[in-house]
Parts: sequence; C-alpha cells; structure tokens
Amino acid sequence: MVPSADAMESVPYVVGKVRRETRDTFTLDLFPANGQALGPFRPGQFNMLYVFGVGEVPISISGDPSDPGKMVHTTREVGLVTGAMKRLKQGMSVGLRGPYGTHWPTEESRGKDVLIVAGGIGLAPLRPAVYQVLANRHYYGRVALLYGTRAPEDILYGRELKSWRSNFDLEVYVTVDRASENWRGYVGVVPNLISKAPFDPTHVVAMICGPEIMMRFAVNALLKRGVDNAHIYVSMERNMKCALGFCGHCQLGPKFVCKDGPVFRHDEVAALMEQWEL
Amino acid sequence: MKTIENLLEEHPFFAGLDTEYLDTLSGCGQNVVFQVGDEIMRQGDPANYFFVIRHGLVSLLAHAPGRPPITIQTLQEGDILGWSWLFPPWLWQFGARADTVVRVVRIDAKCLRGKCEEDPVLGYELAKRFAKVMVERLAWTRMQLMKIYDPPEKR
Amino acid sequence: MPLKNGVMEMARIETDGLAGLVSAILDVGYRLLGPALSDGAIVYKDLESAEALPAGQEDEQAPGIYRIQKGNSEALFSYIVGPHSWKRFLHPPRIRLACYDRELNPIPETDSEDKVQPLAFFGVRPCEIAAIRIQDQVFLEGPYIDREYESNRKNLLIVAVDCSRPAQTCFCASMGTGPSAHEGFDLALTEIQLEDEPYFLVRVGTEIGERLLEAVPHRPANAEEISQRNAVLARAERRLQRSLDTTGLPELLRRNFDHPRWEQTGKRCLSCGNCTMVCPTCFCATVEEVTDLTGDRAERWRTWDSCFTADFSYIHGGIVRHSTKSRYRQWMTHKLSTWVDQFGTSGCVGCGRCLTWCPVGIDITEEAAFIRSHDMQSKSDSRKRRDGNENH
Repeated sequence: MVPSADAMESVPYVVGKVRRETRDTFTLDLFPANGQALGPFRPGQFNMLYVFGVGEVPISISGDPSDPGKMVHTTREVGLVTGAMKRLKQGMSVGLRGPYGTHWPTEESRGKDVLIVAGGIGLAPLRPAVYQVLANRHYYGRVALLYGTRAPEDILYGRELKSWRSNFDLEVYVTVDRASENWRGYVGVVPNLISKAPFDPTHVVAMICGPEIMMRFAVNALLKRGVDNAHIYVSMERNMKCALGFCGHCQLGPKFVCKDGPVFRHDEVAALMEQWEL
Repeated sequence: MKTIENLLEEHPFFAGLDTEYLDTLSGCGQNVVFQVGDEIMRQGDPANYFFVIRHGLVSLLAHAPGRPPITIQTLQEGDILGWSWLFPPWLWQFGARADTVVRVVRIDAKCLRGKCEEDPVLGYELAKRFAKVMVERLAWTRMQLMKIYDPPEKR
Repeated sequence: MPLKNGVMEMARIETDGLAGLVSAILDVGYRLLGPALSDGAIVYKDLESAEALPAGQEDEQAPGIYRIQKGNSEALFSYIVGPHSWKRFLHPPRIRLACYDRELNPIPETDSEDKVQPLAFFGVRPCEIAAIRIQDQVFLEGPYIDREYESNRKNLLIVAVDCSRPAQTCFCASMGTGPSAHEGFDLALTEIQLEDEPYFLVRVGTEIGERLLEAVPHRPANAEEISQRNAVLARAERRLQRSLDTTGLPELLRRNFDHPRWEQTGKRCLSCGNCTMVCPTCFCATVEEVTDLTGDRAERWRTWDSCFTADFSYIHGGIVRHSTKSRYRQWMTHKLSTWVDQFGTSGCVGCGRCLTWCPVGIDITEEAAFIRSHDMQSKSDSRKRRDGNENH
C-alpha cells in the first residue's frame, strides 16, 4: 500500500521540446520544473498529463527508461486535452503524475526470443521496451520488431526504425496498409508478417500494441504459429479519470486497466477482448 | 538438385496433399526465376498460371489509368500468387512485380484446369486450399479497409 | 461485542436515554448526522437532537414506488432506508481536488476551516454498515488510499439500529447483511415498542460506545426484554419478501454475458443512473475542470459519476458501451459478479434502494433469478449467442 501525499496532485513539468512526428502525431519532451521528478518508470507504464484548465489524460511513456529525468510522451490529437497539448510551446508547464500501471515483460523474457508487434501509434508505448532490450541485448535470443501503419507518411519514429534496422542483431519489418507511389517496402497488415517472422514459437515472448482489431488478429496469427497464450502480452486502453482504481471508468470486465493493466498477459484478457461492448 | 515435386511437397500450401496429386501438379509445373523489377503477371492478361512463391518479395499491383501502379499487398515465400485461373473469364485481376529476385514454381493453369475437371477430388483439394488463402486475404484486406489507424473523425 | 460469562450483554435505555445519547455525542464534538423527513423521503442530515428524528414515519416501498406517511406509533425508527446513503458523507458528491496556477504550482485552500470535526452517524442500518465496509475496501485497501475517504472515515462513530420494519424491497438477509447488526458499530440499538413509549436495547461494540452509554441512564436488560428483542427481529425477518440467491452468482452472470434478457431489460432501462446515485456502494467518479475569468487559476473537482452516462466509457472517437443494454449489464454484473473478482465480496448489500428509486421498477433480484432459471449453460463459445442486431 502506497501512502500518497495526495495521489491526484500533479507535479509541474516544463515542456523542453515539441516534436511533430507525423501529420497528427507529436512528441513532448518534458523536464521537472522545480527539481521534483516522478520516479523511474518501466516500459509500458503511463503518466497522467494535466493541461492547465483543460483536463487530464493518460499517455504512455515513450522515452528511455534509463533516462527518467526526461519524460517523453508521444500522442495524437484526438480531443480537447491532446489538442491543447499539441499547441504547447517550449517553456510552458504541464502537470504530471505517475508512473502508473503494469509493464512489458522485458525481464521475464530474458533467455527467449522477443517479438514486438506494433500498429500505428502503438509503437510509442513499445519504444521503451525496444530501448531496454537493445541495452541488454545479450540476454535475449532473436529479437524482431514488426511495425505497421496506414501509409508511408504515417510511419512513426522513422529515423529510429532505420537505425534499429541497421543493428545486425535486430530485425525490423515495416509494412503499410496503403502504399504510396514510391513505396518499395511491405504492403499489407501487420499480422500478416507474423507467420513468417523470425522466432521460435515455443521459446518466444510477444508484446503487441495497436488498435484492438489489429491486436486481436496479431494474437490469432501467433496462436496459429504455436505460441502459448501466456507468452503473449497486449496493451489495453480505456477511459481514465484517476489512474488509481477509484473512478471506475477504466474497467474491462473485472480488470481495472489503470492498475491491473495496461499491459496484460493475453490469457488473462482473451475472453474479455472477445466480448462486445464489455 | 530438388525436383519440382520435392519443392511443392515442402511448400506449406500443399501440405497434406496426396503424392499422386503432387505428381500431377509437378507435371504442370516449372521452375522460374524473376529478376528485380520483372513483371510476373499483367492485369487483364489471360490467367494461364498460378505461382508458388519459394523465395523473394512480390508486389501485387493495381493499375489505374493515368498513374503509376499501386502496391496493394506484398507476398513472399510461402504465399501463393494468382487465383484468377480458377474462374472465367480467366483474366488477371491484378498485376504483380518482383521486388527482389523471386523464385517460383509456375503451374500451368490450362493444363491443370482440364485435370481438375476430370478428377473432382483433385479439384476439391485445390479449391479448398485456394479458398483458405482467399478467406485469409479477405480478412487482411478488410482490415486494411477499416482504416484502423485513422483518427476517429476521419473514419 | 462485549460478553459477560459468554452471554451478550445488553442494556436498556428509555427515550430520554436516547436523547441523552444524542446530546453526549454532540458534546464530544462530533458532527452528528441522522435521519430526517424531507421532501417526502427519509434523508440523512445534521441531527441536533433526538426530537428531530422522524418519529412514527412509516414508508412503503416497491420497485419504482416510495411513499411515506405518519403512522399511529411514536417509534423513532419505524421507517427504512431512503434515497440517501452514508456514502454522501464519506465519499462526498463534490469535492475540490486541487487548484493550480499557470505554472502548475498548487494553490492551497484559503478557507483553513479544518475538517477535523469527526463524523458520527446515528441510525445506521445493518446493510449500511456492510456498505461502509465494502467502500472501506475500495478506498483504503487497494494500492492507493483515497485521502478524502480516509479523513472522513477516521474516528467515525456509528450508532446502528436494527431494522424492525423492513420494506418489501429489502433483501438483506439473503445477502447476509441484516436485518440485525452484528459488528462494525460503536453502539447498536433495537427499538422495542410494546408499551406506549418505545424503549431501546443497546449493545456495545467499542470502548467509545461504552463511554457514551455510561453518560446516560441505563440498566442491564432482563431476560424478558431480550426475548422481546428476539421477537422484534424474528418479525422483521418474516417481513422480508425478497431474496437474491448468490450461489455461484459471479460465474452465472459471467457465462450469460450474451443472454437475451439484457436486451429486454435494456429496453426498459432509461439509463437515468438513479440506481448508481442511491446505491450505498457505487463509487464511480469523474473530474471536472473549473477555471475563472482571469485565467490565473484552475480548479479540479471530483464529482460522482455513473456508468450509465453516455460517455462514461468514451475513448477517442468512440463509446465502448454504446447501448443502454450494455450499460445496464455493466452495472449489474459489476455489482454482483466482477466486484467479487476485484474486492472479494459482493458489491450488493440488499438494501433495495435500486428497486425503489428505479423509475421503471427494474428489480435486480428478479433479473438475477431470471438469468439463473434460464441459464445458457455453455461456458465456452458464447459466439453462438451473439446478438444478431449489433453492427460489427
């Protein structure tokens, strides 16, 4: 039990940089305003970001876990709060509290192959896992990253993907739903890459993040290849007001996505993902 | 040096197919290699073949007047290319281009169509397998259509 | 429960003793809250004296119906629970969470009126004690502690009262929560009305309760009085008309996720959220942003929310629980099924409020019974029973 100063109070952070990633996705680099920083985070966790007078939303942390002084958040403008975030400028303040939630099993997957499957902005909560795995590469077997998005111009962290690909011991496959005229890479949905991805089905841990439909198809493709349900992890998303298990909004059946998730082992949520309007 | 029959036997598409039928198919089959940029099939041409991809990446292309062709899907080792040979008017619906060096077993469809009519069991075995591929491709294509990555107001 | 020689000790106090109890509590410095008649219903308000208790009021409750009128007796507790529950004091409907300036520095509250005045609840029903215990688990026993609840809950004084006249909507016995209080109180009263003036038997639960009892005239209850109490409790149990069979209920509801009953009840449900407002265990909340014209300060307020609201489950561009059916199902399955997974107990205490205050009279006991008697059995492959009307 963690006693809270007050668990709903935010710590002031200052915007260091606002980076436009794609036409609707942007990244905020945030630093503590008064020397008071949030604790270290684990890949897959999220913070609650508060914009003065506008509101507060949960956003995954997409920075390097070994550098928690810099809080990096990539998000898309989808509403009032994220819209206000997009208009932030260097030097302005945001309130942060966290880190919250469960994390990707980067430690538990030591000694195994690692398969990271990301769709669209789902790459953002997975990037810290990639950083951590690469920083400890010798612990893992084959490591592959499958990334899919709408079109070539929507590729997130493009430069970084290319740099990762240039590692001899990391395989990166990028696919798009719709090609542009100059695109010479894969065309098709991400789950389609799974059947041919380089990993040992009996000795792999898969981490999946993206739109729910994509995650479901990806899980099916993995199960078809003989990967056990208990070695597949997904990241779920629900409306959150508190991130503390009090407001009730984030419930997914019996699970609170804020504290039992957002990262779930698939066998825990398989039935829940199948149920409509749960 | 592997025979065509060996190659087909190894390919996941033909898993479980009777050796007798593998024999029939290899009788209609030929090893072909495409170089980078080669046109494997052209939209609108008679669908005289289907291709069992053994190695390499293939772009399935849609042609529209006044613009360069767009890749609608990437196929690779383990995939089957071409099913228009099954149904009249037996014309390619799409084009295909080799993105890398591509090795295939090219099966002569005209030859095979006759054999399927004579032996419905062979026909059924092939139809089952093609239907499975079509169902899967349809699911993928539907997912591509769903615009799952688009922001909410655009859907 | 203090026992003397293995026998539960009870004291008898008269009406003036009860009045003395009220005064004693106020003298200690508690903020005392108790039942009052207001706008045609029993509500909980600040209680200044025992005279303010709604004597002789008798309520009739049924699904969608609440009536109260003065009866012939002068009993002080002849009614049962109304639309208020004690959660409005422990988990208030509206509190200020924080206030910030533009640099996100917190601006402390200027009104330094210390909320140190401890709370005392007078006339707490056994089901309500159970409800408070349930909310204790939610707010005090998880990975985080709700400070507001903790502060209100600390030093809470509970004077319970056994129910002598349950309503038709009550089903506490089947939930194991009433009609008599067994624990969780400082003092527990049973009103006995054989003579013209009622008298009370009192059980002591804590040392604080004992000290309060010492402050008023009382004497040990005799055997006849104890047996009169038993008669009152037996009569109360006989009055209970409804029950909820909780055997295997969580699993029953879990495997009947696609039951057609949800569709039928969903059509009746207005999605008004009354049930969540009156339910003593519902705890969902939301946060509102409040700014002023100067733009220099922004406040954040926590307010009660309901899973029945349209955008409760909204996530970027879509609502997960779009249909009323899915929201009714969420409420009922949370209360009776997933609550058990989350907190180890049922979320329902059988108080019957959701039946009474539902404008269309949906009865949770009837819903559960129907699903039980029309159990779809098959645990796997609920795909077959997927509603054909949904667009997917």
